[in-house]
Amino acid sequence: MERMNPRSRSDAYGSRINRSHSTVLANGVPYLSIMLASVLPLIVIASALPIVPPLGFLMLIGWRLVRPGLLPVWAGFPLGLFDDLFSGQPLGSAALLWSLAMIAVEVIETRFPWRSFAQDWFTAGLILPVYLLAAMLFSGGEPSLPMLIALVPQIVLSILLFPLVALFVAFLDRKRLTRWRKLG
Amino acid sequence: MAPTGQRRSSYSRRAQYGLFTGYIAAGAGALVGAILLGLSLWQPQFLSGLRGEANDAVAPATRTVATGRTESKSFYQAVRGYLRAGSQNAQLKREVEIARIRLKEAQAVEQENRRLKSLLSLQNTDTKPVATARLIGATSASTRRFAYLGAGAEDGVRVGMPVRSPRGVVGRILEVGDRSSRVLLLTDSESVLPVRRAQDEVVAFAEGRGDGLIRIRLINLGINPIEKGDLFVTSGAGGYYQPGIAVAIATEITDDGALARIVTDPAAADFVSVLPIFEPAALRGSRTPIERELGE
Repeated sequence: MERMNPRSRSDAYGSRINRSHSTVLANGVPYLSIMLASVLPLIVIASALPIVPPLGFLMLIGWRLVRPGLLPVWAGFPLGLFDDLFSGQPLGSAALLWSLAMIAVEVIETRFPWRSFAQDWFTAGLILPVYLLAAMLFSGGEPSLPMLIALVPQIVLSILLFPLVALFVAFLDRKRLTRWRKLG
Repeated sequence: MAPTGQRRSSYSRRAQYGLFTGYIAAGAGALVGAILLGLSLWQPQFLSGLRGEANDAVAPATRTVATGRTESKSFYQAVRGYLRAGSQNAQLKREVEIARIRLKEAQAVEQENRRLKSLLSLQNTDTKPVATARLIGATSASTRRFAYLGAGAEDGVRVGMPVRSPRGVVGRILEVGDRSSRVLLLTDSESVLPVRRAQDEVVAFAEGRGDGLIRIRLINLGINPIEKGDLFVTSGAGGYYQPGIAVAIATEITDDGALARIVTDPAAADFVSVLPIFEPAALRGSRTPIERELGE
């Protein structure tokens, strides 16, 4: 037995003997990470421009695109409602737009059923500007040209941030299946 | 992976129904979201209690971060101060000399002011702030410019109270939670504030544009008297703000006024104070419909 590789009884998620995945963690990590990302922009005090990308929304479409099949189609509604509590938008804005975004991803995936990172980025790059523009229209303020110009840096930043979010989601996806629950 | 050519997700009836129900639920979610959005655009205070409680819940975390931010900022300033000590010292000596002269002038003015005020038998209008707190957060991802303040109804903060830093106006309280409250910043596109030019009585409105600048709109149209670098202060009209608090500095002249930059950047403000509403009586008067006023 001494010559056996100590890693031979474990896989990427840890030892397979006497250990199992936690259901709570495996199902909860996507929701928790999105909710945490919704609260995160609060910390930055931005008085002039909306400069921080909508992190909660980025995480939502990150999970949906990088790990399809995990979030149900309707997940946009409850998560969006939570985001509305902190985003400063009128209540219901994210609940509507996040639901629509989830349906839109579904539609795009039936149109283009291949999978690649470039396609995920394309989908995100399509949805993010539309989301930010719609959020501006529904913000309760009167939309104007300066507001539109002020939105440009945020749109560019959000699209550029998507690959990082995808990497982070992939990292969380590996961690969420760690076997840490003891059996027996 | 190439498409399989069939739309069915699986052969399991249960999975197919589950997926279908998911689509229905997503559509229903979007619909409910649209109704909620309509309601909250129509009545901005809709479910604001829920929002207040949510922000009270995260306030301890954001407060800690805000404390860390302001303290690390002063640390950087201390380091920078050491690096530039020599040249700064010489410059400060010159400035102090000038300041001494100005101080004497100010004392004279103050004395004269006191004499004139006693002639008019006016009270000293220095008001004590209701609460002093840090700005603990802001809606940095939304188009609207709101900030969150680490003081709420328990500290005596009420809706409508002005918020100021030592430099000038920051904004106005919009919603109040128990231990935190939401501030409408000057740069928000819905913020309007009556102002006047600091050196004379040119009155105007300062409106946020939503891109960090303030639009100064003159009330009396005609020849535009504003020049670059003019400071605008609150005029006290409207009853919310004390008169004479700095608001913005004109940077660009337009047809009906100017574009201006705010004097107080909330991101640079350490502590801010909440002031009582300047003239509640004037506010009540402005809210009374004119028909009722005439009828009585």
